[in-house]
Amino acid sequence: MKAVARRLVILIPYLWLLVFFLLPFLIVFRISLSEPAIAMPPYLPVFDLEEGWRAIFDKLSQLTWGNFEFLLEDSLYINAYLSSLRIALLATFLTLLVGFPLAYGMARAPQGLRPVLLMLVILPFWTSFLIRVYAWIGILKPEGLLNQFLLALGLIDRPLAILNTETAIFIGIVYSYLPFMVLPIYANLEKLDYSLIEAALDLGCTAFGAFWKVTAQLALPGVLAGCLLVFIPAMGEFVIPDLLGGTRTLMIGKTLWTEFFNNRDWPVAAAVATLLLLVLVVPIVLFQNAQARAQRAAQ
Amino acid sequence: MTKSLGNIRRTFAPWNDPASRPYIAFENVTKRFGDFTAVDDLTLHVYEREFFSLLGASGCGKTTLLRMLAGFEEPTAGDILLEGRSLKGVPPHRRPVNMMFQSYALFPHMTVEQNIAFGLRQEGMARGAVDQRVADMLKLVKLGEFGKRKPHQLSGGQRQRVALARAIAKRPKLLILDEPLGALDKKLREETQFELMDLQQELGLTFMIVTHDQEEAMTMSDRIAVMDSGRILQIGTPAEIYEAPSSRFVADFVGSVNMLEGTVETVSGEMTEISGKDGLAIRVTGESGAGAGDKVWLAIRPEKIRVSRNRPENGANAAEGEVWDVGYLGDMTLFNVRLDTGAIVKASVMNSRREVEDPIGHEDRIWVSFAPDAGILLTR
Repeated sequence: MKAVARRLVILIPYLWLLVFFLLPFLIVFRISLSEPAIAMPPYLPVFDLEEGWRAIFDKLSQLTWGNFEFLLEDSLYINAYLSSLRIALLATFLTLLVGFPLAYGMARAPQGLRPVLLMLVILPFWTSFLIRVYAWIGILKPEGLLNQFLLALGLIDRPLAILNTETAIFIGIVYSYLPFMVLPIYANLEKLDYSLIEAALDLGCTAFGAFWKVTAQLALPGVLAGCLLVFIPAMGEFVIPDLLGGTRTLMIGKTLWTEFFNNRDWPVAAAVATLLLLVLVVPIVLFQNAQARAQRAAQ
Repeated sequence: MTKSLGNIRRTFAPWNDPASRPYIAFENVTKRFGDFTAVDDLTLHVYEREFFSLLGASGCGKTTLLRMLAGFEEPTAGDILLEGRSLKGVPPHRRPVNMMFQSYALFPHMTVEQNIAFGLRQEGMARGAVDQRVADMLKLVKLGEFGKRKPHQLSGGQRQRVALARAIAKRPKLLILDEPLGALDKKLREETQFELMDLQQELGLTFMIVTHDQEEAMTMSDRIAVMDSGRILQIGTPAEIYEAPSSRFVADFVGSVNMLEGTVETVSGEMTEISGKDGLAIRVTGESGAGAGDKVWLAIRPEKIRVSRNRPENGANAAEGEVWDVGYLGDMTLFNVRLDTGAIVKASVMNSRREVEDPIGHEDRIWVSFAPDAGILLTR
């Protein structure tokens, strides 16, 4: 009885994944294999159990890879994927550049101050993500706070065009996802025994050498976790490029939205989503496999 | 034949030679952290090839002293000299000193070999030479087949050896050890003590060690400095510290001791007569500097107290009492004797025979006595 209960407990996360990830994904995947139609729902074929299993089986042959072929043929989609990849990679790197010193500073702050700093990092979450991104419009627009400030200081003669450029997207992503970078790195650095740094100094390392050979190496798992946590949502990001990036920037999240709402082409939108998932999942699975293997080798 | 303190003959004693120069010199070193004075105007000389211990309770400033030597802290005042050259402003990585950390501080992401090679690589030693040195070190600490393991795959004792190997791999002239055996269990600690001593002899290094374990300090050291509140109370060989403590604190900190309080009655030549606080008449020999009427303490070790069923022949320094507690330790037996005056006296008897006739037990009436030169008279 006990063994059964234990198995049920283990089953819960799998059930969760099945119901909230795998089933929706299968539905999306199945739509991606359909043809668009002006109907409700807007695709064909539609499986209806009332027509009997036989009819459903017949309709299976109507499913097609055509949408995927279309995605690969039209350079718009490939460019959108590549552009998203570039922006997500660069934004992740920038977030790391800002996040690591922040996490390092927090981890080296006096013990009593750390919970406060942690609180400050999490604090932005208390305001809606959408509102915070809107607030950046107010800051970055030509007559916005940043330009007024810089003009008042006399650092610039005319307003900088930041809004509706890629720079604005980077600012938005770094700002929005910074906590996801800071928290895992902080968790890693906080555990770091400072005597390791002293040992490195004692053995002849300069301060920078000790940082690179000890601190950075030991923070690596946190850095990787943080990068994944930023890279994955940045890759499919829609709100930030839509609000801050203007019409010229091409990102896959925006393309997806256009297909779905403007063109009402659910099958192509579903194919875009499926490919996006593959682009994200495959490297992550490979990466985690490699990590698990490295861990086994270490034991 | 000259008498000397303790049942040990020492041949290495550069501190008694006026011609020898100190290898490390702390000159009037003070270290303050805010309002707290960790090290207070301390002067200390350590000689080449010496095994020197800093002994004290936690918070006495001994670790701060070592950290200043390694370069992790700078003295607030005073100077530290290594071979006559000031270490002021020299960063840790430029000091010809290596430290073995209390936590071992092994790099968890590196193998044992990489840990040991770390310092050598920093030096820019050639690859082949590094490999050779690492192999030598592993052999020295008897970890030959563990080179490819990571620290978390080793036992506590093995980790301690890796830390040691890493610290001596660069052949530093001075090795600083912060509680090197603190994390080991008793049996392993005793074995490792002698290994450390052998290693120090073999490599001709100077060891400076911090410990709170007096037994450890006694076993390994050439000299010990007993510290309290940032000051050195006494520096001496283990025998000097044990048999001739300079103060009640030292006598009490190192080993077990009976402290008999009293007032000096008369001083005639070698002999001092004291009337104990609880009415005991005590006669002792030896210099103390105390004059008639001074308040003094006689520190006397339990093993120098004799216990007997009958009154001893020469009646001096003898008192009658009742056995209050008995502790059998195997190699010796401890007696707590409650004297008729009310004082409790600790006595220990070596169990040099397996069978004893008429052994002393709980609540027996017995006599305790000691020779006039068995204790040391302290004035502070």
